[in-house]
Amino acid sequence: MHILIYGIINSIALSLISLGFALVYSISRVPNFAHGALYVTTGYIVWLLINKLTGFPYPLAILVGIGITGIIGALIYRLVLIRIRGMEISEIIATYAIGVAILEGLRWGGLRGMTFTLPVFIPGSVDIFGVVVDYQRLVVVILGAATFLFLYFFIHHTRIGLALRGIAQDERAAMMLGIDSDMTAILSLGIGSALAGFSSLLLLPLGNIIVEAGYSVLIFAVAVCITGGLGSLMGTIVASFLIGFAQILTDKFLSTHYQMVVALLAIILTLIIKPSGLFGKQKELEERV
Amino acid sequence: MEQLRKERVDRSLKVRTEGLYAISSIEEILYLIGPRLLFVAGILLLPLIFEAAPYWKRVVNVMCAYALVAISFDFLSNFVGLVCLGGALFTGVGGYFTAIYNRYFSFPIYLSIPLATLSGALFCTLVLLPALPLRGVYFAIITLMYPLLFSRIIEALNVLGGTNGITGIESFPDPYIEHYAIILPMLFFLFATRRFVNEDIGLVFRGVKDNDQAVRASGINVTLIKVYAVFIASLMGCFSGAYIAHMYMWAGLSLFALDFSVIPIASTVIGGGGTLIGPVIGSFILVPLSEILRAAGTLRIVIYCVVLTLFIILKSEGLMIYLQRKYHQFERWVKV
Repeated sequence: MHILIYGIINSIALSLISLGFALVYSISRVPNFAHGALYVTTGYIVWLLINKLTGFPYPLAILVGIGITGIIGALIYRLVLIRIRGMEISEIIATYAIGVAILEGLRWGGLRGMTFTLPVFIPGSVDIFGVVVDYQRLVVVILGAATFLFLYFFIHHTRIGLALRGIAQDERAAMMLGIDSDMTAILSLGIGSALAGFSSLLLLPLGNIIVEAGYSVLIFAVAVCITGGLGSLMGTIVASFLIGFAQILTDKFLSTHYQMVVALLAIILTLIIKPSGLFGKQKELEERV
Repeated sequence: MEQLRKERVDRSLKVRTEGLYAISSIEEILYLIGPRLLFVAGILLLPLIFEAAPYWKRVVNVMCAYALVAISFDFLSNFVGLVCLGGALFTGVGGYFTAIYNRYFSFPIYLSIPLATLSGALFCTLVLLPALPLRGVYFAIITLMYPLLFSRIIEALNVLGGTNGITGIESFPDPYIEHYAIILPMLFFLFATRRFVNEDIGLVFRGVKDNDQAVRASGINVTLIKVYAVFIASLMGCFSGAYIAHMYMWAGLSLFALDFSVIPIASTVIGGGGTLIGPVIGSFILVPLSEILRAAGTLRIVIYCVVLTLFIILKSEGLMIYLQRKYHQFERWVKV
């Protein structure tokens, strides 16, 4: 029972982490290696707001934090990526460099040690089938599920969402129909970064805000996205359940240290067996020589 | 209004040196050999120049070690099209292998470094093999993950000295041997790679980068070609890692640190990708800079990344290509 409940919680947390990365890659084909950095940044911004400005309400701080991260993401595209679009090497290096710059900058700016924590939304815990689960984890599950539904509705039934999907499926045809490719890419990076921020605010109250989280979040996101198939949102969710349960099982039977090993093994095994992932939409020929 | 545009014309000297006329007079010969000779002599004389400043003599070694990793990055990314975000994988593996040979099997230093270079390169090639048949971002992702994975595994299993690392590795017997043990291989690898990419197989490498389907259609096994390339690149990286481990007499988790991944990339971008000498120049700029900024802690990585991003978006050709252009061509304003 413990495994089941914590497995579900862990899986939803993983999929929250990776949704932003998957969304950005599926729409604009940019592997946003600054994803982990944005995750940590949001946490830090909110921490600053509620600790340095006395009386700043927590819910408002959350909204501001997510908003700022979204804007940072959009700016990364508008200022940097727009100039190097389509040059794969440069895209990877630039986003990676931005991510590392943000993370190490935060570390230099004083984000060290265990003193940075965010308050949980609802304190306390509850007993579910004999397993103690704190409310924050329940919030993660509920809001996570709500996010999936919202995203599904958003990309299937709104004008902007349809435009995003159009660009993702066939950029040229979408451009002929008057959809601005750069604008949607800016939007997708903004939304993706905001999602990273959102997930960080849900998950960071469970632990400390540390710089290393930025790197591990990036790895988890990449692991989930590759296993699920780059560019497939459905695959992202399924894969996060696979990896999430695998992690909880190793945690239970081996040791916590191996969580990262599980994620990396997932990447390597997927790449060997089926590089397009579980639900990958890309053709085999496009990615394997 | 009169409009002007900038015209670039090859220098007549350059045109003359392209063919057999290159050896027609001393001027042409100097034009060709001069810069290369200056470069090689400058690097060979570096330890003597820094004789006065003992601290900076160590920096010369570090500079050359980073330059070697940078050459391997440049070779992989600009000649084979494999973006390797984890130079730290190579240095870490090389460093740990040499530490194992030297400490656990007590091989002498002149045996442990070459052995570590070879076996480390073999090991790196094997672990990178799964990502090699794939195109796109997969190789970059996997190389980014491996250094992290290995440092986590060493930390978790507490093997190979755990977080303390392996200490007491044999050092170089003499400071001059220490200098030239990295300078000479660096020059060797630099010119060997330059020669190598201009051989027939270099053409295939570039074919893999530009159009792998065409290479495949020619009946060449693309994955095998990539395996060769990764092996050569990891030779350089592992040698550099093994050297650093012997220089500091210590192999620890910091050999898998981000510095070894970021600085070579930054120096390649700044020095000019695809020139192979560019990365060397880039790391000769960046590593001393990093020593000056040592007091600033992780801020130096921030500075690197910002400089790197600015170079990518504003001056993506890099210093070396800029210099080459100035050397070979002159510019003048002409009426449109």
